[in-house]
Amino acid sequence: MSSTASIVPHGCRRSREGFSIFPYALLTPAVLVTLLIVFLPMAEAVFLSLHDYVVWRPADRTFIWFGNFIAAFQDDVFWISFWNTLLWIGITIPAQALLGLITAILLNRDFFWRPLARALIIIPWALPSVVIALMWRWIYDANYGVLNDILFRLGIMQSSFPWLADPDTALYAIILTLTWQGFPFFAGMILAGLQSIPTSYYEAAAIDGASNWQQFRNITLPGIAGVLGTAILLRTIWVANSIDVIYVMTGGGPGYATHTLPLYAFIEARSSLNFGYGSALAVIFTMMLTGLVLVYLSRVNRTLD
Amino acid sequence: MVRRQSALRSIFGTHLPVLAIVVFALGPYIWMALTSFTSQDHLLQAGVALDPQNWTAANYERLLSRTDFAINMIHSFIVAIGTVILGLSLSVTAAYAFSRFRFPGRRLLMIKFLVINMFPVVLLILPLFVIMRRLGLIDTHAALVIANATVAIPFSVWMMTSYINSIPRSLDEAAMIDGCSRLGALRKVILPLILPGIIATGIYIFITSWNEYLYALTLGGRNVRTITVAIQTLIGEYQIEWGLLTAGGVLGALPATLLFLLIQKRLISGLTQGAVKG
Repeated sequence: MSSTASIVPHGCRRSREGFSIFPYALLTPAVLVTLLIVFLPMAEAVFLSLHDYVVWRPADRTFIWFGNFIAAFQDDVFWISFWNTLLWIGITIPAQALLGLITAILLNRDFFWRPLARALIIIPWALPSVVIALMWRWIYDANYGVLNDILFRLGIMQSSFPWLADPDTALYAIILTLTWQGFPFFAGMILAGLQSIPTSYYEAAAIDGASNWQQFRNITLPGIAGVLGTAILLRTIWVANSIDVIYVMTGGGPGYATHTLPLYAFIEARSSLNFGYGSALAVIFTMMLTGLVLVYLSRVNRTLD
Repeated sequence: MVRRQSALRSIFGTHLPVLAIVVFALGPYIWMALTSFTSQDHLLQAGVALDPQNWTAANYERLLSRTDFAINMIHSFIVAIGTVILGLSLSVTAAYAFSRFRFPGRRLLMIKFLVINMFPVVLLILPLFVIMRRLGLIDTHAALVIANATVAIPFSVWMMTSYINSIPRSLDEAAMIDGCSRLGALRKVILPLILPGIIATGIYIFITSWNEYLYALTLGGRNVRTITVAIQTLIGEYQIEWGLLTAGGVLGALPATLLFLLIQKRLISGLTQGAVKG
């Protein structure tokens, strides 16, 4: 206590008016550690991306300027992964948002088991991605999977179908899994937005004879627009970044059917040990995301006082 | 007549749709749990056992006796606790500075912490592997704790800042008038008040570290194999034995799920305020 007492009154007295070193001292540990474990490795990634570097042969590390980047743009797998990434985000995010919106509107109503429903619906979001991948592999299993079983009993399909082993369905099967994993996040955020809309708005609109649809369009949607925008941005960034569920479900296959850009970068480093090329792919992907990240940061920046 | 109509409306307009969504959300998990209670013979002949009379714990017994599952859980626990301690200890003072002081560079530093969670994991995982290998830390708990902390520290800083923001400044000022120093006010007044928030944040860090897979796969190895890596390895080895696999899935997901139910309410309000990593 005595040691802190000698520093603190100094920061205390001057914190309100002029410049004080005290807040910087409080921040130093966290800032230093993140510089060391996040920003230093990132600089290393950029450094690696400019080299021809296969990890078990350190002696062979040669500087090749933008060779890896040029190679990437001429690489067919890069473009397959790129289009897969767009398709995958383009379907997953709207599906999550729509299902999340419906869920939030329902959960915003008053019914006796609402707290229970709200707690249960959020569960998919808390599960380890490996377990999610495991249980959906089991659902999609060609021989004993419950999905084939249900479709068979409903008379939709005559024979079992290998959902994850067929290049035409594998990506869509994963999209369904990710939609399931991510919609609770949307539901939670949109629900918070809904609850911030005063009920008096709806009462006034009902008195004026507004239909349900009109109330939704003119009160609900504008009321949650901010939250919805933030949620969509965040989810897009995270879904784009996430590779664990795909990696465990299909490993990017069959062929390159479920390769996305970050997954390709990871596989390139892990299986081929080609860290130079893998890092270059990761850097390219990060630059593609930068636009979205900047939009999000500028939104947050407005809220910081 | 009117009352009956409105009852019908609430059943078809609210209860049934909500029930459908709950079934969709929980269905895969329940199906996994049911599979884990089905014996291998029953699974191959008649499918998943829906009748509780046919349930058995045989898969769990085999899982715990034939594999290192219990040891894997201990490794996961060590890594998760280490990450919680590192994440929380560094972020409390930082969050206090963000909440209570206005200083040049504050906005930039806050953005710095936020932006970390936007970087693709793959951008960090490759250089972290190279660096850890250089330092000889591959296959140690420290490597996994450090890797998980890349996410945990910024998350924790943002959550704590929003919790401290909700405590009126007049409280620290009153404490200082009574003779407390700044740090004294933080320790004696703020910390007890945000304790529920600290616990919720700690639990959330625990869950994400427990669930983490890619770092554990890349930076771990034979000595330090966490539960998520162990489950993935099981998938490779026991493809056909779904009973055993799903038992592993249920056990691996259990701690995180229970903890999550405990804090979900506080967490969602914190997340929507801070809008940080999910």
